[in-house]
Amino acid sequence: MVEWDKITYKIGDVEVTMGAVLPSDGSAANTKTGGWKSMRPVTDHEKCTACGMCWTFCPEACIHPREEDGKFQADYDYCKGCGICPQVCPVKCIEMVPEEK
Amino acid sequence: MKELIEASHAIAEAVKVVKPDVIAAYPITPQTHIVERLSDFVADGDLKTEYVNVESEFSALSACLGASATGVRSYTATASQGLSLMDEVLYIVSGMRLPICMTIVNRALSAPISIWNDHQDSMTARDAGWIQLYGETAQEGYDLTVMQFKMSEDHRVLLPSMMCIDGFTLSHVYEPVCTLTDEQVRDFLPAYKPLHAVLDPDDPLTQGPIGFPSHFMEFRRTQELAMRESLKVIEEVYNDFNKRFPMEIPDSRPEKYAHLEQYHIEDAEVILVAMGSVCGTIKDAIDEQRAKGVKVGLVKIITHRPFPFEALRASLKNAQKVAIIEKAISPGLGGPVFGEIASALYDKEDRPELRNFIVGLGGRDVRLNHVEKIIEMTKTGEGNKEEWMF
Amino acid sequence: MAIAGLPEEEYFSPGHRACAGCGAAIAMRLITKAAGKDTILVESTGCIEVVSTPYPETAWKLPWIHGAFENNSSIGAGIERALKALGKEDVNVVVFGGDGATYDIGFGAISGVFERGHNLTYICYDNEAYMNTGIQRSSSTPFGASTSTSPSGKESFGKHEWKKDIVHIMAMHGSPYCAQTSIGFPQDAYKKIKTAIETEGPAYVNLFAPCPTGWRHDSALTVEIAKLAVDTGVYPIYEIINGKHKITRPSDVEKLKPLEDYLKIQGRFRHLFKPEKNEEVVGKIQEQVKANLEYILKCQESGL
Repeated sequence: MVEWDKITYKIGDVEVTMGAVLPSDGSAANTKTGGWKSMRPVTDHEKCTACGMCWTFCPEACIHPREEDGKFQADYDYCKGCGICPQVCPVKCIEMVPEEK
Repeated sequence: MKELIEASHAIAEAVKVVKPDVIAAYPITPQTHIVERLSDFVADGDLKTEYVNVESEFSALSACLGASATGVRSYTATASQGLSLMDEVLYIVSGMRLPICMTIVNRALSAPISIWNDHQDSMTARDAGWIQLYGETAQEGYDLTVMQFKMSEDHRVLLPSMMCIDGFTLSHVYEPVCTLTDEQVRDFLPAYKPLHAVLDPDDPLTQGPIGFPSHFMEFRRTQELAMRESLKVIEEVYNDFNKRFPMEIPDSRPEKYAHLEQYHIEDAEVILVAMGSVCGTIKDAIDEQRAKGVKVGLVKIITHRPFPFEALRASLKNAQKVAIIEKAISPGLGGPVFGEIASALYDKEDRPELRNFIVGLGGRDVRLNHVEKIIEMTKTGEGNKEEWMF
Repeated sequence: MAIAGLPEEEYFSPGHRACAGCGAAIAMRLITKAAGKDTILVESTGCIEVVSTPYPETAWKLPWIHGAFENNSSIGAGIERALKALGKEDVNVVVFGGDGATYDIGFGAISGVFERGHNLTYICYDNEAYMNTGIQRSSSTPFGASTSTSPSGKESFGKHEWKKDIVHIMAMHGSPYCAQTSIGFPQDAYKKIKTAIETEGPAYVNLFAPCPTGWRHDSALTVEIAKLAVDTGVYPIYEIINGKHKITRPSDVEKLKPLEDYLKIQGRFRHLFKPEKNEEVVGKIQEQVKANLEYILKCQESGL
């Protein structure tokens, strides 16, 4: 196992690792790309059949099954508002609405 | 074991005893004898390694990159055009701090195409962040090959290294070499233990991300600090090697390996500075001149990168007239090593006179009379600051 | 756990910097799901490499390495050998890159890797141009498409050269498994990538991944276009298994969806229809689409 304290350096205020290696821990999730969107997908969960098509096609992997009923919901912290999920939804229960400021 | 062996084959023997896990190489004159001999070892089961017959030099170094990043010892060898072809990957390997070891069999760069010796190829790589060593003899080639792995793999260093020997004038020449046993090398060079570069599903890492302006300079800084630190580590390795394996064959190598070898410089009025096998010819010329009462000596550079500033300044401490003899040219500027030495001596109060002599480009023979003339010209001040000795 | 026939586990996290609607991002999710945990990913310089690893962040949850643009396959070969030396041959080596790295600058290296028979999988996420550097043409760019280095203009209808047939080239190296698929059919793509990974030896997958930014279409239409490309015959889904062709879809040259449905919704082909339809170029594209598909079907029919 890599010992991170042995390969991390501080030059001034900047911290860098040897060879710029990083743990593959999905830390990109620290950046909430949700701020990019101008439209957001709103799901009518009454109509949702939990087929998983929206989950399958989301480029951000930010659509998740809800705890309570397994129906799918976009995480607005990451959703970029691309509009794919309404297109692929077989029951058309997702609508893109303008993002409120 | 002492044997009369071709220098290329001596290097192959060194690689055999060091046992890289992956060897990926592409043949190019005059390196071919090294990779062919290694192939023979593999075919006969004398060397257990994953030998990859890649389809180009940039694939050779790239395959080594992959292997080293996975956490194993890797090796390649090339020359001239091959080194140029893998140029992009040289910088990447150093930036990723992968301790890949390589032999360069020095050969001139096209155009015109030449298969013969000069140092232009390894000179173009001096800014790539690789440790760079030059061997004068087959014994040095063998020894430095064994040593370079220990230098590169040291956790204070973790930088790739290239060991340079002259194509044809050394690589294809038979010399007596004292080789080491498996046990001796195993004792001297422990197994490679990666510190940061592994590719393992049980400890997943991301290697080779993009470096924004916010961090890039600091990455370069840590790389440079490692390069500077490596000067000390290289010296430690030399000392360790000297202690364990003293010279057995007279004149085959320096008594004590160090960043520089000094030959008759104590009272020298003229000091020559050079690298590689031409030093053999220079030493012969010095012996002749000394017999005639001319006070001349040689400083041979073994460690070229990192540049041994301290050692060089110390060796030229009392020098009055210094001639830098080199087999490369930076077009429009002059000899590259001349520039480095001038920069090293700039702040010295009583600087010696510095002359630059360009010799042996494209395999042009460097003879005793060339060296005599250089000594003469340096002594009298005759000629231009930069002279080409055709 | 599975959703819609795919494993639920994500190895490509949100927060990556890809454009909204990026087809290649969908591709990454499919590739990593098919590969699973015991995998080392090797990637070339390109869109995904840049958007997924902005130091000090990474979107990857698997071992991943990037070296240069043209050498992802050679690096993968070195890794495959190192794993053999370490006795860890059960770890998958999955090499991927865009069409720039695959069809052009890295072409020689892939050929070398396939000729030597390394046990790894090469996947091209095919968005048909050098996207990351600003939509320049690659040898994967289709005939008639407008890119920044093959723009349509008063004297040009876009790219004058035909798309290189990489799948057949890799198959001719003797690869035991080569396939072409599309993110528009994710379960199919998952299955084919999984098959490629499980195949011993060098396997190749061409994975169609539309690019809203480069192709100039609404980001919402990425998946629709990825489906249309297949069903119009432009990008058929098929396999070459030990040299033998096997079509998945479409299987009938006479029952293809209209080509223009596919071309008209992409800005990179708009010049072929405005101010008026370029009958010659569109006609040539239609001809070639049919001919390519017919070739695959005939091969299959003849047991080739």
